[in-house]
Amino acid sequence: MNAPPILKPGTHEYFEHDADIGVVGRGATLEESFEAAARATFAVMCDLDAVRPERSVTLDFEEADIELALVRWLNLLLGLAHEQGLVFSRFWIERDGVNWRGGASGEPWRRDLERGVEVKGATLTMLEVKQDRDGWLARCVVDV
Amino acid sequence: MDITRLQQIEPWCWTVPHAPGEARGDVRLYGSRELLATMDDKVIEQITNVARLPGLVGPAMTMPDAHWGYGFPIGGVAAFDPERGGIISAGGVGFDISCGIRCLRTNLQLQDVAGELPSLARELSEKIPAGLGEEGEIRLAPDALDEVLAGGAQWAVEHGYGAVADLEFIEEGGRVGGPVPENVSALAKKRQRGEMGTLGSGNHYLEVQVVDRIYDEAAAQAYGLRPGQILVSIHCGSRGLGHQIGTDYLVSLAKAATRLGIRLPDRELACAPINTPEGQQYIGAMNAAINCALANRQILTHLTRKCFARLMPRATLETLFDVSHNTCKREQHVVDGKKRLLYVHRKGATRAFGPGHPAVPERYRAVGQPVVIGGSMGTGSYILAGTAESEERAFSSASHGAGRAMSRHQALKQWRGRQLVDELAAKGILIRTRSMRGVAEEAPGAYKDVDAVAESTEQAGLARRVAFMRPKVCVKG
Repeated sequence: MNAPPILKPGTHEYFEHDADIGVVGRGATLEESFEAAARATFAVMCDLDAVRPERSVTLDFEEADIELALVRWLNLLLGLAHEQGLVFSRFWIERDGVNWRGGASGEPWRRDLERGVEVKGATLTMLEVKQDRDGWLARCVVDV
Repeated sequence: MDITRLQQIEPWCWTVPHAPGEARGDVRLYGSRELLATMDDKVIEQITNVARLPGLVGPAMTMPDAHWGYGFPIGGVAAFDPERGGIISAGGVGFDISCGIRCLRTNLQLQDVAGELPSLARELSEKIPAGLGEEGEIRLAPDALDEVLAGGAQWAVEHGYGAVADLEFIEEGGRVGGPVPENVSALAKKRQRGEMGTLGSGNHYLEVQVVDRIYDEAAAQAYGLRPGQILVSIHCGSRGLGHQIGTDYLVSLAKAATRLGIRLPDRELACAPINTPEGQQYIGAMNAAINCALANRQILTHLTRKCFARLMPRATLETLFDVSHNTCKREQHVVDGKKRLLYVHRKGATRAFGPGHPAVPERYRAVGQPVVIGGSMGTGSYILAGTAESEERAFSSASHGAGRAMSRHQALKQWRGRQLVDELAAKGILIRTRSMRGVAEEAPGAYKDVDAVAESTEQAGLARRVAFMRPKVCVKG
């Protein structure tokens, strides 16, 4: 029997889509996969290593469907970032049944931050949140 | 795309045969064999999913620039009858509600301005807020924003942005009816606070172009176009407000569809029957976003005129036309000989009314509505004219752009932004941007051949070519 792969907690990647971008978060837990999907989303807009975690926001929502919860999590983050003129680089989320509580930290846009492309919103296309032998996977297409 | 899955029914029109027992409406894919072959198979999947939605009238269609989108394919057109359970779908409109193109014609010829183009490029890039995180100078209180959502470009003109003469050449006279600002969330309004008069990013741009070729002399004359003339095209939409409305209603309509017993082949097709409170609520919010986009392009028109005036005081910039390509509009169409009021979704597709249509400005009515196919920053764009045939074929719809042929991820692997900017400068195209990564993602090679798209659009009878424009300056969002 093969040994289970060593999972790098909270890794993110992308999948191909013609006009937009597919984001994927992987993690040992559902929450880690959501946090990684958030990093994938914001890395489309900026080099996350260059973003200073100077300001924090928190959010909460109620959602029984874990796939819709991923979309709502990403869209709440995007909404807060755009509303406050911030770019986020660090993310956390906790789940208690249907109640989700999370947050992010980052800083206002400054001239020397690399500008990628704006993510308008997370969509329900290719939306999938599942657990497999490697851990949790959370993915969807984001509109840019 | 696996072309063997299609059946050619006319030289430029294809369908997907029904599988035995398959319950769905018809589909039509417009375009040449070559263009269809470059499309992803997902386009077939998405348009056949659209054909399963309730209340569809006529076929669900894709334009020649179609590509894989979310829910609807980009380049998707579908009409629904509210009296027969027809639906409104947030996924059929998209996040960038009423994204579109404002085209301005100038009194300038290329030889008049050739030496001024570098200065113009600098002026435009400094004065037109473009790119991620950039805000405009206009700050609106919540009450004032509600007035924008109700008044559209008319509000902008009343507040000193542009001229009354612009309004005649904007769809719906610059203001779509039926907006309900109360249906727009507080967060959507907050997101728009600094975004009036901004371009945004991605494929949005402001381009200074030169008319390179005229195809249709009569229409060109009606549109006021001549070879060598300088035009300006502004491509953007409803910015953060529209994005947040899309976000808000995507999940709520997905839940409404489940509650109302609509079986969605793809959750992204989140929808509700038009004649339900849920459907009407989205329509009110969407119309508010359309007005927001019309006002935004009107403000950008004003800012562009100020840039030209500073450098070329004798320049005039008149609105040639303003047309949206991410909308659902209530329109009257003739189906099987009868007039019917339908809700026509155009996601990445342009309305293209033919000659004689009452909604076409009088100046253009004899030749048809101007249609703009925006190309990539290295190739060019087309102005076309709507045809009578398009009404029968596609509820008066046509292509909206070159259409992507390659993902952003692939483009990033293949090109470097700085190198592209230098290569285009050597060809006489000045690119101004704050995002080299964005330039690489928008590389001309990542798009379909715009000439092939325009030719297919004409051959399919959707609109006919009037003029081709080459880019000279491109401010990229």
